[in-house]
Order: sequence, then C-alpha cells, then structure tokens
Amino acid sequence: MALINMVQAINEALRISMRGDERVVVLGEDVGKVGGVFRVTAGLQEEFGEERVIDTPLSENGIVGSAVGMALYGMVPVVEIQFADFIWTAYDQIVNELAKYRYRSGGEYSAKIVIRTPVGGGIRGGHYHSQHPEAAFIGVPGLKVVIPSNPYDAKGLLLASIRDPDPVVFLEPKRVYRAAKGEVPDGDYLVPLESASIVRPGRHVTVLAYGAMLYEALDAAAKAADKGVDAEVIDLRTLWPLDINTVIDSVKRTGRLVVVHEAPRTNGFGGELVSLVTERAFFHLEAPPVRVTGFDTPFPYTLELEYLPLSHRILPAILSLARS
Amino acid sequence: MSSEKSRRSGNEDPNAIVSVLRDDGTLDPAHDPHLGDDEVKFLYRHLVETRQLDERFVALQRQGRIGFHVGSLGEEAAILGSAYAMRKNDWLFPCYREFGAALMRGFSLQKLCDNMFGNANDTVKGRQMPCHYVCRAVNWASISSPVGTQITHAVGVAWGAKIRREQVASLVYFGDGATSSSDFHSGVNFAGVFRLPVVFLCRNNGWAISVPVERQTATHTFAEKAVAYGIPGVRVDGNDIFAVVAVTRRAVERGLRGEGPTLIEAITYRMGGHSTSDDPNRYRENQAVEAWAARDPLERVRRYLQKRGAWSDADEKNLKADIDARFRAAVAIAEKTPPPALESMFEDVYAKVPWHLAEQRNEVVSGPRAPTPHG
Repeated sequence: MALINMVQAINEALRISMRGDERVVVLGEDVGKVGGVFRVTAGLQEEFGEERVIDTPLSENGIVGSAVGMALYGMVPVVEIQFADFIWTAYDQIVNELAKYRYRSGGEYSAKIVIRTPVGGGIRGGHYHSQHPEAAFIGVPGLKVVIPSNPYDAKGLLLASIRDPDPVVFLEPKRVYRAAKGEVPDGDYLVPLESASIVRPGRHVTVLAYGAMLYEALDAAAKAADKGVDAEVIDLRTLWPLDINTVIDSVKRTGRLVVVHEAPRTNGFGGELVSLVTERAFFHLEAPPVRVTGFDTPFPYTLELEYLPLSHRILPAILSLARS
Repeated sequence: MSSEKSRRSGNEDPNAIVSVLRDDGTLDPAHDPHLGDDEVKFLYRHLVETRQLDERFVALQRQGRIGFHVGSLGEEAAILGSAYAMRKNDWLFPCYREFGAALMRGFSLQKLCDNMFGNANDTVKGRQMPCHYVCRAVNWASISSPVGTQITHAVGVAWGAKIRREQVASLVYFGDGATSSSDFHSGVNFAGVFRLPVVFLCRNNGWAISVPVERQTATHTFAEKAVAYGIPGVRVDGNDIFAVVAVTRRAVERGLRGEGPTLIEAITYRMGGHSTSDDPNRYRENQAVEAWAARDPLERVRRYLQKRGAWSDADEKNLKADIDARFRAAVAIAEKTPPPALESMFEDVYAKVPWHLAEQRNEVVSGPRAPTPHG
C-alpha cells in the first residue's frame, strides 16, 4: 500500500494492464514522450516503446476510428482524449461505430476500447477545458460510462474497464487528479463496474454524486450533520449501467433524494436518476427530489465557482429537503 | 525513414490513368497483371453474378419483397478487381456497394439473401438494412451507412497488424463523396504518418447521390490528394479489371514492404441510381450514361475471353442460368425464414444483457405485439 494520487493510480492501472496483456496499447495526443498533459501516461513509453504508447496526429476522430480498427483486429486500445471538451469530432465514431459494432455485426465482431478523458471544472480552464459531458454518453446504447472519485477506485475501475468486454468511456475528474490522495494496493485488483459505493451512510437524505462533486457532497453532508441532518452520500462510480439497487434501497430508507452533478441541469443525468427513483420508489418519497447541478449555460471562466454545484449550494438543498 | 524521393514514388504523373485492357481485346504489357484464363474466367463469372444479382435485387425491391438495395451497376470491375488483389488474411472494409466482392471472397449467396430479407439467419440478425451484412470468416468488416467512417477502421487493422509484426494489409472502399469527409483526411493522414499497409480505394463514380464530383473537390483528380499526405496516388481505369488488379496488387506489395499506404482513384461511373430510393433522372442527363455504357466493364472482359477462345455463347448462357437458379433457391429459403426472435433485439448491445435491457426485453415480450409491416 502506498499513499498516491489519482494520476499515479491511473498510471499504475495502465502499466499493470500493459504488462499483463500484450494487446493493450495506449494512444492519444501527447501521451508518449511527455506522458500526457496531465502526466497520466508518464513513463509508459519508456517501458513499452513507441509502438504501444503512441503519440498520434491531432485528430480525435482519427484516434478513435483507428482504435476501433485496432480493436477489430484484436488489440485493446486505451485512448486518451486530452480534454473531454475535444471529444466531439470523435462523437460519430463513438456513437455510430464503436458503440454499435457488436450489435450491428450480429455479434461477429466487437470493438473493445477504453476512452479515458479528463472532465469537469474548477481548474480555471474556461469553457473548453471544463465541461462534464457524461449525459451524451450515458444515452448511447452499447457504451458503459465510468467515473472514479479517488485513487483506489480509479485504479480498480480502470483495470476492470480494460478487462470488460464492452467499450467504456472512462471519465477522470481532473479537479481532484492530484488533490484526492489515498492508500492504494501496489498490485492488481478490480473494483467491479456497476457497483456504487455508500461513502457516508445516513438516515435522512440520499445524496447521489460522482467525480469531483463527491467531495462537495461529503462536505455538505458533514455540515448538515452539525445541524442534525444525517445525509447518506453515494458515489455512483459507474454511471451506466447504473447500480440501481444501491440507489433505490437508499432512497427507500431515507425517503429523500438530492442529485448533484456539474453538467447542465436540462437533460442532465440527474433527470434520469430522478425518473428512475420516482418510478421505483415514489411511495417512499417524503418530498420532491432536488437537483443541484451546473446551469444551462456554457461553462464560464471567471465565475466558475458560482457555476459549479459546490457544497454551499448542496447544503441548503439537503437541509430544506430534510425539513420538508 | 526513406528519402523524400522514395516517399513520392508512384506519383509519376498524377493525371495519367493506368489501363491494361485495350479496345481490341489485347493487354498493355506495361501493367499486365498476368492473369491466367482460369483466373479471368473466375473474375468474369463474379462480374456477371454481381450484375445479375443487382438486377434481381432491384426487382425484388420494386415488387415490395425487400426494403432496399444499393447496387454496383457499372462499377463491378473496380470492386471485384481490387478485392481479387487482396489475400485471404487481408481485411476488407466495404462502403456498401461491394456485395459482389464479399461473395467472391466466400460469403454465401444464401447469407446475402438472408440479409436482404432481414430474417433470423441474417448474419446481422435483422438489425440493419439490406446490403449491410457482415462476414468475419472472410475478414469482411461490418457496414455502416454514414459515409467514410470505415476509412479509419481499415487504418486501425493495418496498424494492429504492424504492431504485431503480422503481414496483413487492409483495403477500404469509399466513393468520391467520402473524400470530403473528416474520416478520409484522418485515415489517410494517420496511415501516411505510420506507414501502414492500407489500400485506399476511391471509386470515383461521378456522383454522391445527386451531387457531382465538381462539388466534392476543387482538385483536378482525387488521386492527387495523395500528394498532401506524402503517399502515392494512382489513377486507374476502374472499368478495366486487369488494370485494377495490377494497381491494387502493387499497392498491397508496397504496403507489406513497409512503404506505407496508396490512394487509388478508380475512375468509373454509377450507371444506376444511388440506391433503390433514388431517381437519377431528376439530376443527370442520359448522354453521360450512354457514353459509359460503351466502356462496360463486363463486355470488355467477355470480348477478351472470346478473342482468346476461352468463352463461348453456351458458357454465357449456362453461367446466367446457374446464377439465376442459385438466386431463386436462396431467395425462396430466405423469404420463408422467419424474422429474428423478439428477444434478439436486446442481445449484443453489450456482451451480457444488463438490468435495464432485461427489463425492457421483459416489457416487450410480455406486452402487445406491433402490427406486422405488410398487414
């Protein structure tokens, strides 16, 4: 066990995967020589060479499309899209090609790729280095969407994602890349996909969060406790397919639901979570569910901390819900 | 890395068009691929089969028995000649007009007909339109309707093979319209940078549905685009199957020597509509079609074989009768085969059916049935 951050944990998962499986290759912009703009792939090219840790030309659709071809040939490409904000030229390849290959070929082929990409705001990156576009992937049949919040989960979930037979979009909350530190085993271990984690058990309100906003939810829950409200905080970890049982069981116990996410509210994942809960636990609800989210605006630069659903916005939601 | 000079090799004259089969039925020795009579007869049989099946599938669509067909009328030599140059372990990435090449590589006519009817035996389980079949057994990729998206996949296969030190090339089919797509740019650029054994086969058939080539590019040729990627570009008479075999073979050999990809512009003409959903009379004159009819790729091969005494009228008649009999038998079976099982709609989305799809499957299975398409 060592105390490491998420960048190091993801790096370890990549290294273990590449050592254990020759089919695994890493490709993306700046992932080789410089080890990625966040240094997540640092040292991999030195160990595995330029053929397996590939600095590509600057073209997201080229990277993902080529990776689909590699996967058809039996490789397991782990793609890095430098910022999720840059992923859109690859969206057609992801939605129409990668996610559909198994289905549309009647199961004769599959395209197994992991697409790693940093998401989220709070790093003074402005609109084009801050978006949190999970909803655009959750709604795509054929994709799995994963987001760790801490080093232990990051390593175990990435190892599981690389071994999973389906394409995975692996979102990395860059605001806590280095801030979130934790004890992580040196060796190989898996955190199963589709398993949410009850990070803080509680009785009065269920708070669903993921990625960097988990820490804001935990901070708000701690402050709510000072005021006598006992919030349960769940880290979803895999957004889709969701660990539905953990979510529904919690809401049935607490009767109250707060959903937190950075992405804009309208058509955000929060809407889907609220629908799932109301369909399955409506008669357990004591009050209308509440969404604490980013706003339906482009991501702002100067006012980013006002945009983000930080603890100061989550706390009043928890308190008012608990008292309603 | 090789010198600048060898990187450009093959770009002798970007406007020159490679042709082999002369009008008098003789071959130009400069590019002759040296095909034996048996090989030419094999190709000719598949050319005729492709043409005849095209006509039959259009008829089935007009009769309302299948929903759609996208054919290769006039482009058969460009398609079959290039596929013939690919070896068994090479990979082919179809656009959607290349069923003839799939059959030539060993895809069964029965399976093709099953796909045309979208029945339970369809290799893609009735999930895609007709002409969107798959055949992994012959390294034939899955077909998607959006244009150009398969180009980078062919690059990835060649790349994977190169990483594994395996001698495998890939060929990707696309039309003139696809050269405007971002995937064309990315694919050719990546293959050029990493010197991958990819054959980019552009069928310049004059049209992208209703839009002529002048609206796809300001360049004089499609082959000259290769210059911008540092790779050879070759123009070939796409209605001359000898020439197409020759230039494709050269491209494969070059790729497997580690010298990188080749862009081939096969000049041909789309004699029919874009698909059965299209009426070309709305946007083009018949004169061009008539001019191209005189360059018919099948007629040219038949004249060659007849001149050599290798093909008789009886051979022609027997071939057509044989194709017709096999077609009728396959259609009879395909048409009788039931549609895919309801549950199959939820399979292969993921390797295992997740909870939400299991719920939706149960909802459909236990719910009311939809009206049948034909009443």
